[in-house]
Amino acid sequence: MSITVCAILRIRNLYAVVMLGSIFSVMAAAIFVILDAVDVAFTEAAVGAGISTVLALGTIALTTDREKKPSHTKILPLIMVCLTGVALIYGTLDLAHYGDPNAPVQTHVGPDYLRDAPVKTGIPNVVTSILASYRGYDTLGEVVVIFTAGIGVILLLGNWRHIGRRREDKDV
Amino acid sequence: MYSYLVLRVVAKLLMPFIMLFGLYVQFHGDFGPGGGFQAGVIFAAGFILYALIFGLQNASRVLPRGILRFGIALGVLLYAGVGVYNLLVGGKYLDYNVMAQNAVHGQHLGILLVELGVGITVTSVMVMVFFTFARHRQTKGDDQDGGSRPL
Repeated sequence: MSITVCAILRIRNLYAVVMLGSIFSVMAAAIFVILDAVDVAFTEAAVGAGISTVLALGTIALTTDREKKPSHTKILPLIMVCLTGVALIYGTLDLAHYGDPNAPVQTHVGPDYLRDAPVKTGIPNVVTSILASYRGYDTLGEVVVIFTAGIGVILLLGNWRHIGRRREDKDV
Repeated sequence: MYSYLVLRVVAKLLMPFIMLFGLYVQFHGDFGPGGGFQAGVIFAAGFILYALIFGLQNASRVLPRGILRFGIALGVLLYAGVGVYNLLVGGKYLDYNVMAQNAVHGQHLGILLVELGVGITVTSVMVMVFFTFARHRQTKGDDQDGGSRPL
């Protein structure tokens, strides 16, 4: 994965960058499968490797396939990235070890969900019951986000001009 | 794209399986991995494949823009409508327990409808975004050519 990221940083041809991003998504999905998060892996593979690659290619087709040389100095962004990276790594020091039975995620609401969700909802897949029932508001919010994104694209790129022109033609 | 015989045949063979897999992911999300979001993306991928191989005009004939616009709103309304229905029959918003005779049935029905709403919106938005991109490119190309070919 780090090789892919380095390649993405170096390459200026955006087609190659999109393809490498897709490969990165597939590898991320594989990691999720190894971590037993099959639902997330599914989403990552379908959205990250599939749809967003196609949409990115569509964007490239609309714009250009060469990345411009940055016109300003690279020092300040580099410092910012390093600082953020150090802060994030420092943050991981406080995280519980993977699979630690005493971690807050295993002792807080997790056991309740695992015990109650299949009984109360009658649905064996706990992920689905949490997403759609326990966290119904959040999922509704996500759907509204997708809805807004779709409306935004239609408003920005939908050919209103074309429709207007056609109406004028009709009037004439 | 019309001349690539292999691509067209393979795409035609794949289409029913993609749709079937989408339906499986949509309605089997209760039992295995999957759900409305993933199923929506799979459906959209199927339609985008169709549009890539058979051209935008044929794909638009399969899924006209009016239906897509309708679907974008319908999914969100279905999701929110389930919540409002719960309010009307005396529960809390998005509290599916009151939707059927007993709580477990209610939960099952509620989750099924909600996931269906998610699936419809995700499919419509993804296909719509792709169609809009592709059509925008066509119109741009037309303008550069100086003609305005009707889409």
